[in-house]
Amino acid sequence: MPDIGAPERVPGGVASATAHDSAHKHVSGAAVYIDDIAEPAGLVHLYLGLAERAHARIVAMDLTAVRAAEGVLAVFTAADIPGENDVSPVGRRDDPVFATGTVTFHGQPLFAVAAATRAEARRAARLGRVEYADVPAVLDVAAARAAGAALVCDPLRLARGDAAAALAAAPHRLQGRMEVGGQDHFYLEGQIALAIPGEDGDVTVHSSTQHPSEVQHMVAHVLGLPSNAVTVEVRRMGGAFGGKETQANLFAAVAALAATKLGRAAKLRPDRDDDMVATGKRHDFVIDYDVGFDDDGHVLGVDFTYAARCGNSADLSGPVTDRALFHCDNCYYYPHVHATSEPLRTNTVSNTAFRGFGGPQGMLGAERVIEEIAFALGKDPLEVRQANFYGGPGRDVTPYHQMVADNVAPALVDSLARSANYAARRDAIRAFNRTSRVIRRGIAITPVKFGISFTATHYNQAGALVHVYTDGSVHLNHGGTEMGQGLNTKVAQVVAEAFQIDLRRVKITATSTGKVPNTSATAASSGSDLNGMAAQAAALTIRERLARFAAEKHGVPPEQVAFLPGRVRVGNQEIAFVDLVKQAYMARVQLSATGFYRTPTIHWDRASGKGHPFYYFAYGAAVAEVAIDTLTGEYRVERVDILHEAGNSLNPAIDRGQIEGGFIQGMGWLTTEELWWDGAGRLRTHAPSTYKIPLLSDVPSVFNVRIAEGVANREPTIHRSKAVGEPPFMLAMSVLHALSDAVASVVDYRVCPRLDAPATPERVLAAVTRLRAGA
Amino acid sequence: MTRSVVRFLLGEEVCTLTDIDPTATLLDWLRATRRSLGTKEGCAEGDCGACTVVVGTPMDGTMRYACIDSCIRFLPTLDGCQVLTVEHLAREDGTLHPVQQALMDCHGSQCGFCTPGFVMALFALWLNAAQPDRGAIEAALQGNLCRCTGYAPILAAAERMYALGDRDADRWRTGGVATAARLAAFQDGETIALQHGGRRFFAPADAEALAAILLTHPDATIAAGATDVGLWVTKAMRVLDPLVYIGRIAALRTIAETAEQLELGALVSYTEAWPAFARLHPELGRLLRRIGGAQVRNAGTIGGNIANGSPIGDTPPPLIALGAEIVLRKGDTRRTLALEDFFIAYGRQDRAPGEFLECLRIPRLPPDALFAVYKVSKRRDEDISALCGAFRIDRDADGRITQARVAFGGMAATPKRAPACETELTGAMWTQATTERAAAALDADFAPLSDWRASAAYRSQAARGLLMRFYLETAGGESLAHLDDARSAAHA
Repeated sequence: MPDIGAPERVPGGVASATAHDSAHKHVSGAAVYIDDIAEPAGLVHLYLGLAERAHARIVAMDLTAVRAAEGVLAVFTAADIPGENDVSPVGRRDDPVFATGTVTFHGQPLFAVAAATRAEARRAARLGRVEYADVPAVLDVAAARAAGAALVCDPLRLARGDAAAALAAAPHRLQGRMEVGGQDHFYLEGQIALAIPGEDGDVTVHSSTQHPSEVQHMVAHVLGLPSNAVTVEVRRMGGAFGGKETQANLFAAVAALAATKLGRAAKLRPDRDDDMVATGKRHDFVIDYDVGFDDDGHVLGVDFTYAARCGNSADLSGPVTDRALFHCDNCYYYPHVHATSEPLRTNTVSNTAFRGFGGPQGMLGAERVIEEIAFALGKDPLEVRQANFYGGPGRDVTPYHQMVADNVAPALVDSLARSANYAARRDAIRAFNRTSRVIRRGIAITPVKFGISFTATHYNQAGALVHVYTDGSVHLNHGGTEMGQGLNTKVAQVVAEAFQIDLRRVKITATSTGKVPNTSATAASSGSDLNGMAAQAAALTIRERLARFAAEKHGVPPEQVAFLPGRVRVGNQEIAFVDLVKQAYMARVQLSATGFYRTPTIHWDRASGKGHPFYYFAYGAAVAEVAIDTLTGEYRVERVDILHEAGNSLNPAIDRGQIEGGFIQGMGWLTTEELWWDGAGRLRTHAPSTYKIPLLSDVPSVFNVRIAEGVANREPTIHRSKAVGEPPFMLAMSVLHALSDAVASVVDYRVCPRLDAPATPERVLAAVTRLRAGA
Repeated sequence: MTRSVVRFLLGEEVCTLTDIDPTATLLDWLRATRRSLGTKEGCAEGDCGACTVVVGTPMDGTMRYACIDSCIRFLPTLDGCQVLTVEHLAREDGTLHPVQQALMDCHGSQCGFCTPGFVMALFALWLNAAQPDRGAIEAALQGNLCRCTGYAPILAAAERMYALGDRDADRWRTGGVATAARLAAFQDGETIALQHGGRRFFAPADAEALAAILLTHPDATIAAGATDVGLWVTKAMRVLDPLVYIGRIAALRTIAETAEQLELGALVSYTEAWPAFARLHPELGRLLRRIGGAQVRNAGTIGGNIANGSPIGDTPPPLIALGAEIVLRKGDTRRTLALEDFFIAYGRQDRAPGEFLECLRIPRLPPDALFAVYKVSKRRDEDISALCGAFRIDRDADGRITQARVAFGGMAATPKRAPACETELTGAMWTQATTERAAAALDADFAPLSDWRASAAYRSQAARGLLMRFYLETAGGESLAHLDDARSAAHA
């Protein structure tokens, strides 16, 4: 007997823990990635020839041996580009497809080879003879500053109140520096593009990209074609994490160049090592801070400088370093604040988007300041965090002058501290550490507040296209891309909910610039917020037409038409959805619609550093417990408890996956993932043998993850859900702080360990040693 | 007697290949030639596991299945084997295998690119272990990277899959005898000899043929599991000519445990050696767990680990500390060498042209000897050591140290003993003061390099720390000197 109280739900509607739409294909090996697409006859394989200097003039480039190599059909250099030799995503014309004149990082593409097989192209690409005249190379933040601090874009300055005066007047004041490493995306599917030439010089590109519209524009720009000559399509990516927001441009452009020049399909898939060497990563930062505070640990004034190694071009470094500043507060109110970014140009690969987009680095500055205050005053860092949370009269304005209206951080932290038994465990750990000679434990709880919206306001728009066929099945297309995050599943759930039809009746189709134009990148956690709303709008347009038709046909008022699971109630009768659709078709009702959405209320004036750049904030908190070996610096993350909010979750299973996956990825960034360049500017950690992302055995042996309940988004987002792609990444700050807590035990918590990231065993041991030497 | 045809089973299909590139990888053949596209390439170096397949070999009348990385497995080395890929698991009617169903039920895939590799690694676990504990699951999945899920749902799937089907009714378990019989028909004593593009490949079936081939081709590259040699091809694009594959030689795959020693043929894989190593000393078992992932342990050999001559060498430091010796053979001539003398300099070993490593002998420790080996790496599992220290101490009735053998990897151009440290230890009592003196002496023994795995300063400091850990653990009074013990204590 049905539960009278429970509303009837459509299978796979919103809020159901529906499996990823491709799960069956994933586990059976049937999911098609770009390298799996049937290869057209005559397809050529491409490979890139890469620069072997970090900074040098190209004196001569002899590609004779490349052209003569077995299987080679063509070699392409900048001279072969009919349009512009540039794929800068921000219009700065500082990102050449192929370097000319000067190379500006080790691994920069110089030319491309087309051959019958990939192996032939790859072997030939190594045969280029390039004569270089070295120019002094600037490889990191310190060197960039020493060389005059050239910037790749304008810095941002945020200010509220009078930080200098507050610092001068504060009863306590301290300064410090934190270094934060970068991170390789390590998407399992590397960069890849398959271009197929069409008539009139047109080209279709299958690109593993988060941003098909940008790839379309870049290919057109490079080939000298109008955008309408280029179609970009992507069904799914094998991971992206920001690494395919702009970085796919070059690969797509080269494939399209070869395809249009040769009149053959062309595929470019670099080896993992070349992918890691030649594509951008998360920015590493040097954060300088100066904080004044009172006896209770309240921040009175703070001044931050966030210097980032941006690499050889701007790429997205402007918005990334901006977002770092937007998160220099994390969850904390600063009465007086001044913060500046320093986006430094270096002779390293141009750094780019990566989950969190500068936000994680920004927050680490805030959390370091909290930690410094706690150690200076001998307080539990949690107490200092709580003392500084946003909230209360006049304590709700960010450094960029947006009000924090939806603050749930204090409640989440309280709830988590209780459920994870933080206080008692902290006491037990301190007792343990008093008697443990070698192994020391640490615990920390850190919150997250992450701003949701692209800070480039115009990006906050989306389109969708929905067709209802006469058999009642639905074809769904939207501008977002599927990279594993379950976006397509969530958007399909929204459409199924709108029509009240079984999710299995909704077909998710590949993202294509030919179906939905002028889309934004699937980035900034915005995928389901934007595309869910656009798809819902399209579906509701059709539903409205159906409702109007039904009302007219049956002579009832429109409000007496209701969409129920699988059927429509019209007055006193119920009609199967499919039957209504058929009738509507016969009556010549349009069963296709586009949908559009733009985020309301947001605005941002970068020049003044004021505005309302974020539609809302997403919150979470985590407690981590670790054990370190003070003889070697080795450690284990033993237990993690997470409480994270997703508003009214569209799909709790998918959201949980984002939370767990984001946390572990963040933990990798802050622990074992270390990018290491040698003195010549060569990245030496360019494969999984040398670059270590977390393994299953790195997952804490106790890993409690809870999605907060009863926290509907205050804003009218899609079904009052919240974005969940990036925010959980920053929950991993708890691990760094727990390691720091363990290190601090060696001097009885008298000194802030100032543990930098990534906290490799080597850095942990160095911190232990430094503290002991100074104690 | 030679043949130039390679025969194996792909699922149930007999594949008979001629004129194949000897260093073509199984992955490239699956994807490019067969267009069997479920198996993915993530790194082409045996570190990410996206290309994982299961390879079956006949053993004692049935099949033994193990996962391997197809990206670094040379195609002709599959002769006489059965290859199973992700496409072979679901039934013809589309019913998923319990491994696949469990991953789906637990939301174990996001982008899905690593998923076929996880499916196959879990499938190997399913075939070989009933109800593994978390430690066994971790060990089975150390060779698979996932960047999306954070692994929690995959761990859940590894537990759940056993509830979704009857292992004993699995067709790949019940069909083992029949498959082994089919493959027996492929077995012969003939050497496989391939010529392709001017390059030569030999795969002798027995040690006598191997010895003869190496006399004729003394500079041949010898490959067994090819977990390193494979990368010479996939990463360095080296041309290997001639290449001699020794994996068919059963006589090199023997394990003999006696009261005095453990003797391993050069072809014994890490996986095969693991139980015997653990019986020799639990510390050795603990080390084996931290070498590669399951795929690499299944393919890679102890002999290869030695003969390869890596400056780090996971097993050489403890084997040197234990006083192991190796037997090298050229033609019918054999010589025995202390392992420590095999490593001459970076990239140079005491192996003459035409000579091959035949076996390894590890003497048993006296019952009261103290021994430990510690590997330090950036990531705990499936990482190359920043350093690896092995320590062995014998004491007389008064507790005075009569012999000390200390060996390190990652601290010099070869795995190497620490004579100054040993001198400080020998003749002294095993005390903290002795340990501190001996630790300080390590600075005289080693001048390590700085690289991406660790700085020189860290290596030196950690090396001293490892000796202190050895003291604290063995001298008693410090039950929590080891992080593994700490972990189990915390969650017992």
